[in-house]
Amino acid sequence: MVTPIPYQVFVKEVASEFRTRYALNALLMFVVTTLTMVVFSLGDNTVPYEILSGMLWIVIFFSAMSGLSRTFVTEEERGTSLTLRLLTSATNVYIGKFLYNVVLILAMSVFIAFAYRLIIDDFVVRSSSIFWTTIVLGGIGLAAASTILAAIIAKANTKGTLFPVLAFPVLLPLLLTCIRATVLSVEGAFFSEAFKDFQILVSFSVVMIAASVMVFEYVWND
Amino acid sequence: MTPFHLEVRNVRKSFGRKVLFDAVSFDVRLGESFAVTGKNGSGKSTLMKIICGVLTPNGGSVRYVVNDKEIPLSHVAPHIGLVSPYLNMYEEFTGEENLRLFAKIRGIGVRQDDIHGLLQRFGIFEHRNKEARFYSSGMKQRLKYCAALLHRPALLFLDEPTANLDDIGIAVVREVMREQRQRAALVFATNESEDLSFADRVLDLSRLKIG
Repeated sequence: MVTPIPYQVFVKEVASEFRTRYALNALLMFVVTTLTMVVFSLGDNTVPYEILSGMLWIVIFFSAMSGLSRTFVTEEERGTSLTLRLLTSATNVYIGKFLYNVVLILAMSVFIAFAYRLIIDDFVVRSSSIFWTTIVLGGIGLAAASTILAAIIAKANTKGTLFPVLAFPVLLPLLLTCIRATVLSVEGAFFSEAFKDFQILVSFSVVMIAASVMVFEYVWND
Repeated sequence: MTPFHLEVRNVRKSFGRKVLFDAVSFDVRLGESFAVTGKNGSGKSTLMKIICGVLTPNGGSVRYVVNDKEIPLSHVAPHIGLVSPYLNMYEEFTGEENLRLFAKIRGIGVRQDDIHGLLQRFGIFEHRNKEARFYSSGMKQRLKYCAALLHRPALLFLDEPTANLDDIGIAVVREVMREQRQRAALVFATNESEDLSFADRVLDLSRLKIG
């Protein structure tokens, strides 16, 4: 059975990550460190749930910044981007790496969300359906923006700082929407009350993916 | 072998204010062998990247015509193979895993016998289960040849074809060059005079006038 080429690129990313742990180690360390610092900073203080919701997405955002750029940065650093360019079209590469980033960020977001709910007693989610839908849609949006931005900064000298600097203004609407929807989940709102936020998240992802597919070839090739 | 035509017209490449080369034009057809030579820094590798479609020129055009149909540069990958110092393997995978991976990403079905045959031909069969990061530079060069020939490309590009190879490796490569020239087409960049004897025509980038 012939499997689609983007899927083969995705499989390559997953297999490479399991062998090298480039992104996984960095992400895990960042998440554990950040959550530990959050717990110790909060102490016994009662923090409003709106702030806790914002903090959750700060952790998710910076975790994404520490891990999602590696899919392109490592190709440039190891000199394999030319190899990949010669194997298949830019669109196949983009789709495969985007799928990988989606899986990575969803796994990371789910882990963060579970850990956050476990360790911060004041963060009680009353509408799980809104909460997990926000995590999934927010994660896809993060992956959509991060993939194209990672491709852009991969050849830059200061890629470490450039990535979050470029990503933040692009992702700000997504993050604010995710925070708002998370607040609704903590308040125990009805699912339908979050529809407008979900529409924004879906639209963001659609626009980012469409724009990325159109420009990626120019970014990928020198 | 499928008839094809590579047409390069007035290609120009500059980096900032420095013009590397200008007005480079040539054609390569089935059964031909074309060499690019020139002193270090004259742009041999850059020209190879441009005609492989992975680097954009500042002027001119590169066209591939296969079976009388023009193929966009973005879709030329199935028809070409490249061996270059700038090409790297995935070091976390073994030699054989690299080749399987390349075949899958190219979307071609390759039998294990074909992969083993290539590895044996280039003398790295016994190292096939070693991760590429443990390969010497010569072994990596041989693996690059295996990867480039896996899909029997119509046009094979070789950038410094005998770099990092011992006498046995050089002999195998020259045999490959002979076969490729007869079976399909070959474009290579070199400063080795013995390699240049494989070319039907030679372009010396050092002698081009920069306009």
